[in-house]
Amino acid sequence: MIALTLPAQDGGSFNPPGVNSHLAPLFTIGDFEFTKQMLLVLLSVALISWFFVAAARKGKLVPGKLQFAGEVGYNFVRNSVAKDVIGGKDFMKYVPLLFSLFFFILINNIYGAIPFIQLPSFSHVGGAYLLAALVYVIWIGAGLKVNGIRFLKLAVVPSGVPWYILPLVVPIEIISNFLVRPMTHSLRLFATMLAGHLIVLIAGSGIEFLIMQESALMKGASVLVLAGSVAMYMLEALIMVLQAYVFVLLTAIYIEGAVHADSH
Amino acid sequence: MNSLMISAASDAVAENPLVPNGWEILVVAVGFAILMFIVVKFVVPMFEKTFAERTEAIEGGIAKAEKAQAEATEALNEYKQQLTDARAEANRIREEARAEGALILADLKDKAAAESARITEQAQVAIAAERQAAVVSLRAEVGSLATTLAGRIVGESLNDDERSTRVVDRFLADLEDQGTSKQSAGALQ
Repeated sequence: MIALTLPAQDGGSFNPPGVNSHLAPLFTIGDFEFTKQMLLVLLSVALISWFFVAAARKGKLVPGKLQFAGEVGYNFVRNSVAKDVIGGKDFMKYVPLLFSLFFFILINNIYGAIPFIQLPSFSHVGGAYLLAALVYVIWIGAGLKVNGIRFLKLAVVPSGVPWYILPLVVPIEIISNFLVRPMTHSLRLFATMLAGHLIVLIAGSGIEFLIMQESALMKGASVLVLAGSVAMYMLEALIMVLQAYVFVLLTAIYIEGAVHADSH
Repeated sequence: MNSLMISAASDAVAENPLVPNGWEILVVAVGFAILMFIVVKFVVPMFEKTFAERTEAIEGGIAKAEKAQAEATEALNEYKQQLTDARAEANRIREEARAEGALILADLKDKAAAESARITEQAQVAIAAERQAAVVSLRAEVGSLATTLAGRIVGESLNDDERSTRVVDRFLADLEDQGTSKQSAGALQ
């Protein structure tokens, strides 16, 4: 990344934080650097597990506040995503996966909106690759299990297409379904989170840099950056929730396409 | 903030953000595996159990209400039927009583009529007998009285029994003839 450099009156220059700006690891064991991002990932697992186990454990017919909140969250994934998209008899099989994915990504994204934490875990690409790969394996596995080896044909040969167009369509389908799909699935999440994270970092360090300047005009400009960063914060918060939903919705759509490949 | 960062400027080699850190992948994998385990083992079964129980409770409640409704309707029909039966029974008993009463009345009337007829007949027979007796007695007494009277009036000439009896008989026969014609004339009237 080319660093954006602004000349400044005091001779110093503004070095904006970039993709290579990382906090120092919390501790290291040999080659293993335990970072803040890893701590947050593990914390999210503990938070989600604690919340939903506590909410589900009582299992009252007339739920209390905590149970009701848990049920709303669970039912959102179960009914609005799994049931509505996959439907049929076998949607329940995928509810645990979709549920775990949604809240895992949601909490890890929302970290980016919490002051002092402000680090969405998926701004580091590894986790996004892993989850997209997991989904990739699962939807192909489900397609093969339901449709047998015929699934590979069903997945790349759309029905109702004239035979003479097939040589054109089949390569496109192979590329789009088996190569591009996992990439877009992971990069969409990673890129939105990284961009949001960078905007927060750049705005923060920009404000700091501007306030340190001697010129009153430059100091005043920091207010504009602050106002802009608040607006961006709102937008980022929306995107954080939206990307968790999009990731899970796409997972459900991929699984549905694979399981019901016959009817597509 | 900047002091905490190993900034790009200090790093000789720029990192490509698309190249993942293996350790990060491992941590996410372990974390997500733990989460999946807890969700599959506890969260989903507990929620689904609650939902199933809730559905059952609601449907059970509806079924129970329907059953109670059916029972109530059945009981109502039964009561109505019993009421109708009771009314019919009461009507029947009333009719029977009325018929029986009428029968008894008719019987009594018959008996009374028969009794009165019998009494009347007996009375008539008694009257006839008494009348006959009276007639016989009268005939004897009137005869002797008349003879005595006539004897007294006409003297001993008429003491001859045979003649006197003949005279009295003829006299009485005449008397009877008059009476009979009188009676028949009365009957005609």
